[in-house]
Amino acid sequence: MSVLDVDIKGRAGSFEIETAFSAGPGVTALFGPSGAGKSTLLKMIAGTARPLSGRIVAAGRTLYDSAAGIDLPPERRGIGFVFQEARLFPHLSVRRNLTYARWAGRRRGTRPFDEVVALLGIGDRLDNAPATLSGGERQRVAIGRALLADPALLLMDEPLSSLDKARRAEILPYLEAIRAEAGIPIVYVSHETAEVAQLADTVVLIEAGRVTAVGPAAAMLARLSLAAGSDASEAATLLEGRVIETDPAYHTATIALDGGQLELTGDGFAEGMIVRLRVRAADVAIASVAHDGLSIRNQLPCLVGEVRRDGAFAMVTLHLGEQRLIARITAKSADMLNLAPGRKAYALLKAVSVEMARVERREMPG
Amino acid sequence: MGEAELSIILLSARVALVAILCALVPAFAIAWLLARQRFVGRGLLQALVTLPLVLPPVVTGYGLLILFGTKGPLGRLFEHLFGLQFAFRWTGAALAAGVMAFPLLVRPIRLSLEAIDQGYAEAARTLGASRLVVFFTVTLPLALPGIIAGAVLGFAKALGEFGATITFVSNIPGETQTLSLAIYALLQTPSGDAAALRLILIAIVLALAAIVASEILARKLTRGERP
Repeated sequence: MSVLDVDIKGRAGSFEIETAFSAGPGVTALFGPSGAGKSTLLKMIAGTARPLSGRIVAAGRTLYDSAAGIDLPPERRGIGFVFQEARLFPHLSVRRNLTYARWAGRRRGTRPFDEVVALLGIGDRLDNAPATLSGGERQRVAIGRALLADPALLLMDEPLSSLDKARRAEILPYLEAIRAEAGIPIVYVSHETAEVAQLADTVVLIEAGRVTAVGPAAAMLARLSLAAGSDASEAATLLEGRVIETDPAYHTATIALDGGQLELTGDGFAEGMIVRLRVRAADVAIASVAHDGLSIRNQLPCLVGEVRRDGAFAMVTLHLGEQRLIARITAKSADMLNLAPGRKAYALLKAVSVEMARVERREMPG
Repeated sequence: MGEAELSIILLSARVALVAILCALVPAFAIAWLLARQRFVGRGLLQALVTLPLVLPPVVTGYGLLILFGTKGPLGRLFEHLFGLQFAFRWTGAALAAGVMAFPLLVRPIRLSLEAIDQGYAEAARTLGASRLVVFFTVTLPLALPGIIAGAVLGFAKALGEFGATITFVSNIPGETQTLSLAIYALLQTPSGDAAALRLILIAIVLALAAIVASEILARKLTRGERP
């Protein structure tokens, strides 16, 4: 089911935008280098910038159609927007900011105020002025303000980019909570792979105003990690699996993957959880045979796919059943192990180096 | 303070207050045009608004006399439409004060409008507010410090206006003789020095009070803690 269909031409500064994509429920990430026209695209969807021609349909309503002469003003599009900078109204209290859509925008809003405030953890800040909030709090209020306008679709334009690393870590769980609980489809602009890995269901790759690729997050990230020009040291892939066992004594959990089992550290796991794991390519080692007597307990049997050399390094794609994993090893190791497409090998993963990117959903036990 | 002095002060206050209240809305409109719109003749409008600041006040006063005198085209129009006369009336003194204060009103308002991040209006629109609602809930409150600054500056100017007033409406005690004009008249008479000094002190106190009042008002309105 598609909740947003965009097919437009327009201008963003010096280059042309010619973009067509559809977004389903969940989080769609518009991913690409800065200056690729992603923000302009969002503005065109929200109605604060005008395309030259084309069509935008959201939640079954035509917002823009140059052929039919339709161009709804932003206030009638029913689309929430969270900006890079929070843009809280400086002359209004946090509470008046949050309720702005209700008293100024005449949106009735079906979402209870208290629920949104609780979801974003801003209950003790309601009577403060925006200027007294931290960057992270401001962005949470901005998200709450957008949610309380009861949008059919939420647009987020790099909402974390103005924050430092610690503040980002503070906000990401709230974004996950919205994704999981609010049930509003989100279009999320970013150029950070880590954010996309954590939040996105679908990735739309945009370069110079054009869509160059669309696909599920895991497949797209693996592909992006191998793409020329991407930062190889930050390359990572996503694995999905189900928690089948937890061991409270060692604070570990066993996760069943397509092609084997992983043992990870952490207390956030519960049996039956479907989890998404982010594995950095630099943290994956390859062995040609299974080993005993290693501290690395995770040895996943796999098949070697593509081996791509890049100077002293090699990026090796490993297939675990349907899933893929990328390992960044030295070119010398690749030669010593005689890695070639179709060979059997073992992917070695240190439990401590795997990040749980997010909980997909909780399965009912039994 | 004698009765004569009190009536001079009340007249001056009435002239300045009416001048600023009447000038505020057109000044805001022109400040908004200059800050937000690009149109043909923008430079001309800008120059026209600044003109009273750079012209000799006598020239401005004479211009008002030509336009708003009993035989002037605008004077006749106002007389015909509203029964309003300017020549040699306190209303004329208010008009002169308003025109002279106009550039001082426009400039701070325009600067404050230019300083407002357009992103706030954009955010408000995505939250369902129409252009008009955005104006009253976002633009106007954020421009308020500039409006207050302009009004106080303009009020001080209107209170002390001299050249254009005396040229346009003359120096008639009880009708057009404001504070500055009264001080001037007293200084022209041989024994008027002491009375003039008292008026001068009053003028200083009034100016200081206006500045302090505006500071307090501006601080109250920009604290951002209104419910």
